Amino acid sequence: MKIVICLKQVPSRDTFLKVNAASTWIEEADVTYEVNEPDVYALEEGLRLREKLGGEVIVCTLGPARAGQAIKEALAKGADRALHLDDAAFANLDAHGTARALAAAIRRENPDLVLAGLQSDDFGFAQTGVIVAEMLDLAHATIVMEIQAERDHLKVKRELEGGWLQWIEMPLPAVLTIQSGINKPRYATLKGIMAAKNKPLQKLSAQDLGLDPEALKPRQVMTRVYVPEKIAQTEFIEGSPGEIAARLVDKLKNEARVI
Amino acid sequence: MLVYAEHQEGRLARPAWEAVAAAQQLATELGLTCAGAILGDNIGALAGELAGAHLAEVLTVESPQLAQYTPDGYSLALRQVIEARQPRFVIFSHTYQARDFAPKLAASLDRALVGDSLGYRLEGGRTIFIRQVFQGKFSADVEFRGEPPYFVSFQAGAFREDSVHRGSGRAKVTPIEVNLSPQGIRTRPQEKFREARQAVDLSQAEIIVAVGRGIRKPENLELARKLADVLGAEIGASRPICDNGWLSMDRQIGSSGQTVAPRLYIALGISGAIQHQVGMKGSRTVVAINKDREAPIFDIASYGIAGDLFEVVPPLIEEIKKAKSK
Ligand SMILES: Cc1cc2nc3c(=O)[nH]c(=O)nc-3n(C[C@H](O)[C@H](O)[C@H](O)COP(=O)(O)OP(=O)(O)OC[C@H]3O[C@@H](n4cnc5c(N)ncnc54)[C@H](O)[C@@H]3O)c2cc1C
Repeated sequence: MKIVICLKQVPSRDTFLKVNAASTWIEEADVTYEVNEPDVYALEEGLRLREKLGGEVIVCTLGPARAGQAIKEALAKGADRALHLDDAAFANLDAHGTARALAAAIRRENPDLVLAGLQSDDFGFAQTGVIVAEMLDLAHATIVMEIQAERDHLKVKRELEGGWLQWIEMPLPAVLTIQSGINKPRYATLKGIMAAKNKPLQKLSAQDLGLDPEALKPRQVMTRVYVPEKIAQTEFIEGSPGEIAARLVDKLKNEARVI
Repeated sequence: MLVYAEHQEGRLARPAWEAVAAAQQLATELGLTCAGAILGDNIGALAGELAGAHLAEVLTVESPQLAQYTPDGYSLALRQVIEARQPRFVIFSHTYQARDFAPKLAASLDRALVGDSLGYRLEGGRTIFIRQVFQGKFSADVEFRGEPPYFVSFQAGAFREDSVHRGSGRAKVTPIEVNLSPQGIRTRPQEKFREARQAVDLSQAEIIVAVGRGIRKPENLELARKLADVLGAEIGASRPICDNGWLSMDRQIGSSGQTVAPRLYIALGISGAIQHQVGMKGSRTVVAINKDREAPIFDIASYGIAGDLFEVVPPLIEEIKKAKSK
């Protein structure tokens, strides 16, 4: 089975994020990056399917040069090769533009299965995989929690609201968006890290993919990023840890009367 | 304006009415008329119910092929409604169903979906939508570019179900004929189900100590357990803790976990992403301990402690012991 994993690099959760001076995006200077969490699960699922059914796992990443680190990690974990969509024309794409570029790269591979995370921790579009499916004219399922794959079809378990679940049958090729918790992602081994150095990595520009800049033009633009205005009446309790504890207990007992 | 009314288990549930409320309000402010759309099989009664809202028209698509939701069937059908009526905006609630097919529908028309919006603002002829980025840490103003239709989904609770305008009469119900080939519908859904009955029922708990990724290591859960013990509380968690297997799935609180409404909810190292908030915002008193003063959990906390949980929880346990022994 030939499997493409859409894998994105995002600011890591432990980084302290600040809005930039122009209020257009975050201050990127001191930010550390990591692989978007649901994508880590998507990669793991792809590796497991390959181990069971044979074939190939190809990582497909759109992002600037620094995203090369995310690709390296995926190759070290066991992906066979990678496509890195890196071009100034890919800066500031919306979900539609990103999906268009990814779809162009994936189409050339003609895979049996495409896996993506269900959403990213930065933009949180929750759309890219679904749009890729539409552009490739493939069936899709989102928020997937289990995959049973045969050679020509799939059965997947989708998560629904409030703890409900549902099995969906679908033909291959298909696109799935993966929910975190579907598996236990592996760590890269030292051997894997060494092996990754020799794995094929193909850089692709808009021109390589035959993408007209017109087609990438954003259909939605983020005009301002800001810290939301707080609406809640949160009462912040300050002081040393000991003082905080005493004040909080007093409030819980005498004001809120909940303990 | 066209609003998609999603039905769940044969009912027009809250998301449908929240979407109607949003669409009505936006339509009024933009001077547009607002129609509703509903898809399915045997949906006469639902269409009648929707027609009780103040809408210019209710458009229905009925077909046995739409009896069950599929992304292919629903986007094909709604696309034909959109092509017939050419709305400027198409409004959804950001449900699991809308997440599944609205981006596909928008893309099939070469258009964008501004997903998971919190609200909107009109500013000198511009319509600006507000959505969260970085899991609610920041907000972003978003505007459409290019030609309509513009697709928008609103987050649960962004508009109130009870602010729906009821009409004085009934809106006209118009069936729309669409072309749905069986080959066009590629996925086959089976019955919905729940996993085996959960062992822990947090919905009845009076006090919950909930842990999030800020707890860092499974060994540190002991600290939260001690706090829970002195309070006689149940332990709950955010999704990543259960994903990691540090606690069982039935302790997960949120949109895909349990909904709780205790007297006291103590959130330790939980950022308060929307999917977590929907499961616990019914709590009477919320205490949040989080290192990050900007964390969205502080939007709904009654008492906030912007600090390190590992410094604050140990003295807190001692103070509670003292208070209880008095
Ligand atoms: C379809 C869908 C369904 C989902 N369903 C659920 C659900 O049911 N329940 C759920 O919870 N999530 C759910 N999620 C995931 C959700 O979006 C968030 O990713 C998740 O809630 C984040 O968990 P967290 O707050 O523990 O982790 P993070 O967001 O990583 O937050 C950790 C917090 O800990 C703080 N922290 C770190 N160290 C310390 C310290 N020493 N002291 C104090 N604070 C500290 C940090 O400042 C941070 O705010 C769902 C997501 C999707 C897309």
